[in-house]
Amino acid sequence: MIPAAFDYTAPSTVDEAVRALVAGGEDAKAIAGGQSLLPVLRLRLAAPTLVVDLSRLTELAGVHDDGDSLLIGALTTHHEVQRDPHVREHAALLRLATDTVADPQIRHRGTLGGALAHADPAGDLLAPVLALDAVLRCTGPAGTREVPAAEFFTDYFTTALEPGELLTHVRVPKLTGWGARYEKFSRVAQAWSIVAVAAAVKVVDGVVEQARVALTNMGPTPVRARGVEEALTGEPATAEAIRAAAARAAEGTDPVTDGNADAEYRTHLARVLTERAVTAAVSDA
Amino acid sequence: MTAAVEPEVGRARRRKEDARLITGATRWTDNIRLPGMLHLAVLRSPVAHARITSVDTTEAVRLPGVLEVLTGADLAAEQGSLPCAWPITEDMLAPPAPSIAVDEVNFAGEVVAAVVARTPEEAQDALAAIDVDYEDLPVVLDLTAAVADGADLVHPDLGTNKSATWVFDSAEAGTGGDATAAIAEAEVVVERTFRQQRLIPAFMEPRSVVVDPGPDSATLWSATQVPHILRWMLSAVLGIPEHKLRVIAPDVGGGFGGKLQVTPEEVLTLLVARRLGKPVKWTESRTESMLSGHHGRDQLQRITVAARRDGTVTGLKVDLLADMGAYLRLITPGVPILGAFMYNAIYKFPAYRFTCTNVFTNKVPTDAYRGAGRPEATFAIERIMDELAAELGVDPLELRRRNWIRHDEFPFTTVAGLTYDTGDYEAATARAVELFGYDELRAEQARRRADHDTVQLGIGVSTYTEMCGLAPSRVLGALRYGAGGWEHAAIRVLPTGKVELITGTSPHGQGHVTAWSQIVADRLGVPFEDVEVLHGDTRVAHRGMDSYGSRSLAVGGTAVVLAADKVLAKARTVAAHLMECSPDDVEFTAGTFAVRGTATSMSLGEVVVAAHVAHNLPDGVEPGLDAEATFDPDNFSYPHGTHLCAVEVDTETGRVVIRSYVCVDDVGKVVNPMIVEGQVHGGLAQGIAQALFEEAVHDEGGTLTTATLADYLLPSAVDLPWFTTDRTETPADTNPLGVKGVGEAGTIASTPAVVNAVVDALRHLGVRDVEMPCTPMRVWKALRGGAA
Amino acid sequence: MRITVTVDGVNYSDEVEPRTLLVHHLRDRLGKTGTVVGCDTSNCGACTVHLDGRSVKSCSVLAVQADGRAVTTVEGLADGGELHPVQQAFHENHALQCGFCTPGMIMQAIDLLAEDPDPDEDAVRHGLEGNLCRCTGYQNIVHAVRDAARRLGGTR
Repeated sequence: MIPAAFDYTAPSTVDEAVRALVAGGEDAKAIAGGQSLLPVLRLRLAAPTLVVDLSRLTELAGVHDDGDSLLIGALTTHHEVQRDPHVREHAALLRLATDTVADPQIRHRGTLGGALAHADPAGDLLAPVLALDAVLRCTGPAGTREVPAAEFFTDYFTTALEPGELLTHVRVPKLTGWGARYEKFSRVAQAWSIVAVAAAVKVVDGVVEQARVALTNMGPTPVRARGVEEALTGEPATAEAIRAAAARAAEGTDPVTDGNADAEYRTHLARVLTERAVTAAVSDA
Repeated sequence: MTAAVEPEVGRARRRKEDARLITGATRWTDNIRLPGMLHLAVLRSPVAHARITSVDTTEAVRLPGVLEVLTGADLAAEQGSLPCAWPITEDMLAPPAPSIAVDEVNFAGEVVAAVVARTPEEAQDALAAIDVDYEDLPVVLDLTAAVADGADLVHPDLGTNKSATWVFDSAEAGTGGDATAAIAEAEVVVERTFRQQRLIPAFMEPRSVVVDPGPDSATLWSATQVPHILRWMLSAVLGIPEHKLRVIAPDVGGGFGGKLQVTPEEVLTLLVARRLGKPVKWTESRTESMLSGHHGRDQLQRITVAARRDGTVTGLKVDLLADMGAYLRLITPGVPILGAFMYNAIYKFPAYRFTCTNVFTNKVPTDAYRGAGRPEATFAIERIMDELAAELGVDPLELRRRNWIRHDEFPFTTVAGLTYDTGDYEAATARAVELFGYDELRAEQARRRADHDTVQLGIGVSTYTEMCGLAPSRVLGALRYGAGGWEHAAIRVLPTGKVELITGTSPHGQGHVTAWSQIVADRLGVPFEDVEVLHGDTRVAHRGMDSYGSRSLAVGGTAVVLAADKVLAKARTVAAHLMECSPDDVEFTAGTFAVRGTATSMSLGEVVVAAHVAHNLPDGVEPGLDAEATFDPDNFSYPHGTHLCAVEVDTETGRVVIRSYVCVDDVGKVVNPMIVEGQVHGGLAQGIAQALFEEAVHDEGGTLTTATLADYLLPSAVDLPWFTTDRTETPADTNPLGVKGVGEAGTIASTPAVVNAVVDALRHLGVRDVEMPCTPMRVWKALRGGAA
Repeated sequence: MRITVTVDGVNYSDEVEPRTLLVHHLRDRLGKTGTVVGCDTSNCGACTVHLDGRSVKSCSVLAVQADGRAVTTVEGLADGGELHPVQQAFHENHALQCGFCTPGMIMQAIDLLAEDPDPDEDAVRHGLEGNLCRCTGYQNIVHAVRDAARRLGGTR
């Protein structure tokens, strides 16, 4: 299928991009890698009148070591994230989740920023970003601000981005030496996650010192499994302790019933996958 | 003397077809661009059942590049009714099937308007500007509800949702006893209801049609697997003189039965091209393909087996509800009937009764999908044989051994009235058991059960046979099928000794060009490379019944043999004349005619030249060395095999992973083992996908919710296991090649093997069935005792 | 708008609508019909080409996004009539039947081998997870890619 007609502009600075989006108003749409947007346009589920191509904003590409955190440009492709040595060392959870995104071709084009701004609750990068306490830097007509991941995802396919505002960078605090696991469950390799669990743990002398757990597709936004984190923290990293903690995985979630699974099954999976994710993260630590 | 040449038949020849396919030098229908070509796009109903109260095209026709916008009313007089070639009973009910809906839509996806524009973009843009008003009618989706008293009706004019009821009873047919009595008197009775979910053929190449109306006669290119049937039917439906219509199937990217059809879009493209006097192309999107191309399966099967305590089966009863969808397409009603003869499978049932009720619903019409009726039948009987084995506490393989036809009992006439010519179920099963490591896996299964392992092991057995090589025309006639089952071939030996073979089969991935070349090369003693196979163009291959039902080799390949033999017979006459001997004294080996017991010989090449120049031919012999032949088999062919599947089921998540899959198939003699193995692999993939992944789902309003490849889950390379394949061989008696057919075998056998394995893994936990596809959630719910 | 794209080594400068997908530009404007369209949702991978040397699905790239860049399609692989080793391996291993997925499958296999010159079975399967085939059951494709890895290694 062919998208409906639109105007196109490819600004070369963030300011120009913001101006173009503001000028385009509600009918303007930003495109980065386009891996989420183009199928939507082809099916004519959306018909923007203006498409603002961000791909010339080279300032937004790449991973930078920025002291206690990594600053990842929104245009960094999934493939670049997968191969980046900083990410590997300091944000293993993000790499593991990125490995599971779609397929190699899509990872060559798709970007971290695009995936986060698209905010599909079944998308695999939202929960890791939430678990990592990442901060999302956004630039709009009112200037630049930093939004914690916990406040960025507000509803199905909806973020805190204001009209005309762009996600430019993702700041990911380093979790060096932590164990990590992204436990994804889908019906076939290509399918969206029914549920997935992002887990990162710091284990010292056999005791979980800190734990971060977040869930994919257990509600309209990614969900932080605070109950699991609390239950793990300070406990010995044993199978029993992990199991007990995982039992709290579904607290505060609001899973949907859809063609792939019902809410009851998702709730069950959240517990099982959390146990598996944490167990794997512990042995990775 | 030349050294003995290695026979071509039996060799794993690399395919001639590949050269253009791996370099992109392909000829897909959508590649065609003709001067002045226009583009057709169609608007489809978003609702499943409604009266069309108005179609407003005024805005659309004013858009740039739009030549014409057509509604059902515009074409009502000329579009005719799409053909159904298989009225299974005398009193079958068949509603008119317009290509473009006139007053009423009966499924979501049905065409309601058509746009012709200069570019595909302009055509698609114009669709959005057409305004259709619908008045909703009650939607009929569920098979059981559709046949209940007082049900809402898909076609109120018909007064019922039942299209036809078709019965086979072995007592009435004289092929066996009374199944109802056998069940009443049985020591053990097992009854189950199985659901064959709706599937989408999902060939990779979306359908496409190009029509050049021509000044004199029209040419239609279509991504079809049935160019000959298509020409015949289009002529009949539209009143276009058949000799003024040429149909070409160029490169066709898979079909699996899904391109065995006469489609609304083929009719519309032809009509608008003729109307405008310009070439027109229509190419579907994937979503359109899923919304409107025919679907497969969708049956509800109640099956009852009666047996003695020792495991001997004594009776079989099958009651089917088969979902036709909203209309009867080309062979829609006959698909379940193709299964009717297969429920008794490889077993010696003494009594059998089959009843099938064909039911209308407000869904896309169903029709042939790989296996067409036979996978459904095989699934039900193989599933229930496992259930009977469990009931009796015997190993499922042992139960099959007690009941199958032994190799020394062939030919064997079954309770369904078919005569199986050859087979050796013992040999195939023994080989499969050996490759699989059956006993070791059973031991591991016992250990895992004893250990309460969260991952349980299941072993699934499926033995099968199928009737293929469709088909003896007389049998098809008796079943009220509208066409014959013969196939045609023609051979032209050119003056330089090169050979053109024209076949009536219409390959779309099967490798006929290679396999037919092998057959001709052997038969005529010419090099493989010297044979050009022509097909898929009604002006070149003037007679044919096309490719489906694993028929091409058994029927079409045999026609090739017969044509080659006719060529040889004539060449022998010419050679004898030139060598001044009796034709009976001429021996033909490896391309050379020799006078027996002498040094006198002539090559085929020399004979060809002589035949062409015609300077010295025997009286009454026509110049040239061409021949054609049509083969109509006396019987079907009956491949069989034993498939064994081991699955690991994660009892915490319900996920099923195939750990190993072994199949040993007996497809008779093999022309090209590489191609045969490829066919088996592909068949397995589709059968496994039915068991685990694929399902066409509708919401309560009748909208297909799995209308993209993001929702209809085809397995990728990650989702399928490594297959271990092998063959045993009992040559077919029903054709000179001894071949049986392989296109559908893998699909037929694999689905029950997988589901039997899933149930076997969980039987000790109380699971008796899991509805297909066995999704993780369904498996998990079955384990919890909920609805599977 | 006007774009310039190098396709299989040839420079093309064309006026295109912004909504034109790269695959439609290749097929309809440039006559590169070796690359095909199999779906609307970027699942099937039949349209895979290389954009500046990396595999992408050309149905999910706007033609305007390819402006100034280089595209390689299946038609640009054979070198002076000699097949690319991956093409040769697909032929030798019967890794295609209808052939519709084949251009995309070959282009992705080449990318996969560039990333991992000696992939095991599992790596091949994962590397091809964005390419659907309905004919082969993938086993011979796995064979072909591993065979191609050997062929490429042998010529290095």
